[in-house]
Amino acid sequence: MARVDLAIIGAGPAGMAAAKMAADKGLSVCILDEQPRAGGQIYRDVDRVAPLRGDLLGKDYTEGRALTQGLGAPGITHLAGAVVWAIEEGPRLACTQVGKGALIDARHVLLATGALERPMPVPGWTLPGVMAAGAGQILLKQSGVLARRAVLVGAGPLLYLIAAQMVRAGTPPLAMVETQTRNDFTGALRHLGGALRGWRYLLNGLGLLNEIRRAGVVRHTGAHSIAITGAGRAEAVEFIAGGKAHSIACDTVFLHHGVVPNTQAARSVGVPHRWDAAQHCFVPELDGWGGTSVEYLHIAGDGAAIGGAKVAAIAGRLAALDIAARLGAIKTATRDSEAVPLRRALDGELAVRPFLDTAYPPLPEALSPADKTVICRCEEVTAGDIRGYARLGCIGPNQTKAFGRAGMGPCQGRYCGLSVTQILAEENRQSHDATGYYRIRPPLKPVTLGELAAMDDGAGAAE
Amino acid sequence: MNNALPFEDLGEGRSLVAVTFQGQDLRLPEGANLAAALLAAGITTFRHTAESGAPRGPFCMMGACFDCLVEVDGISRQACMMEVSEGLNLNMPAVGER
Repeated sequence: MARVDLAIIGAGPAGMAAAKMAADKGLSVCILDEQPRAGGQIYRDVDRVAPLRGDLLGKDYTEGRALTQGLGAPGITHLAGAVVWAIEEGPRLACTQVGKGALIDARHVLLATGALERPMPVPGWTLPGVMAAGAGQILLKQSGVLARRAVLVGAGPLLYLIAAQMVRAGTPPLAMVETQTRNDFTGALRHLGGALRGWRYLLNGLGLLNEIRRAGVVRHTGAHSIAITGAGRAEAVEFIAGGKAHSIACDTVFLHHGVVPNTQAARSVGVPHRWDAAQHCFVPELDGWGGTSVEYLHIAGDGAAIGGAKVAAIAGRLAALDIAARLGAIKTATRDSEAVPLRRALDGELAVRPFLDTAYPPLPEALSPADKTVICRCEEVTAGDIRGYARLGCIGPNQTKAFGRAGMGPCQGRYCGLSVTQILAEENRQSHDATGYYRIRPPLKPVTLGELAAMDDGAGAAE
Repeated sequence: MNNALPFEDLGEGRSLVAVTFQGQDLRLPEGANLAAALLAAGITTFRHTAESGAPRGPFCMMGACFDCLVEVDGISRQACMMEVSEGLNLNMPAVGER
């Protein structure tokens, strides 16, 4: 395809909102996404699904259609099913679509690659039947597939949302095993004043809790010593709560203790990242518009910092305004004046975050797991292995690859990277920043020789 | 409907097509997400790891974890990133492959 002004990676809320704003300002936009239809994970397949089961999924899901409709604006090309595996100088994106390689040239790139579930390594988390809670939601949203006998384990608002959706679908979870403690809640109260500005989120959360309670779902809180047991598949969740050992037989376990920015693409082009202690993850270093130290690159949405769908959409619009100004499509003064109401809205949407982050912290025993727990799912490297590497002088995640292949499997560290950083930081008594993270190199996703051989240098990519 | 299966399919009125998994004949909804359709059909183990032979099934459902790999025409692919089509011939990737 001809060179576009702006290439956006990710058609979730940040990417879709940015595409519309950029097109409105006269930029030609190409938005690429791995999924067959727009929406990202939060609004997955929303155009097709909203009429099927929008009532069950709720307004927070169906309202994503406002963003997907925006992609119909002139000037926007949506490449669905496109897997970007390299971002090169130029900038130029290398991607695969329908089994063929393609190159996209752009004047500017916006990463809107969203979040990943925070890895939750507890004993048994690799068994079939154990899934990320987000996966349970994706199954329900996109496919209308529900777990009949599921236990939800962990902490955070997403657990309440999926539980309530399961209740509405007539398949309530067998139990909720929640890991936040009374102390976490007490600590969060100092943020309540700020959170009240985000009262809609709190009200929404209370509504979900009511639905869960009315359905008679058992809730355990302050749970710890969690393990999933079973021969060849998940058969039970074991834990301690209220000073008592519990075991709940089930077929499916949905794990969740927060989401973290997916930083793979940003890291692959050398964007510096720093440790965010409040959200317990790495975040890219950005200016107030999502701009990075790489001249042609902006980042918006949960891939920049976790804020949720509404924050992501606003951040996408702010980034698009700045990109439009940089490319000369609008004046800087226009950018600044249009940003004022967006920033005000952003403040309102973010007000609830400190409360939520403190009330639902990650589970300590899953941040620093017992020695026998598998950390790297791909290469089956345990926490004890990583500690052993540290004793042998391993100071950073890149070295763990040489010591024992951690992070070298196909997921490229997406589900072990933060655990490896945490364990090495503890063992070596270093900060997370000093410990660092895996160096990420292309290809970001596996690409076959056949796809490379069928490489299209442009002309047909958008057709 | 088999209430013993771990997953329930709310059904979307898609037409069913023939697919095989490890030689087992399945009828799956055409165009559905392949990993979701296999789970709904009662298949929970998609492969075994190269390292220890441990069973694995879908974990992230968003193309990030690579635990749902299946072999399609000799190539390992993520089931959660594919759609069901008529005549798909699926196998567990041979242990030892990465």
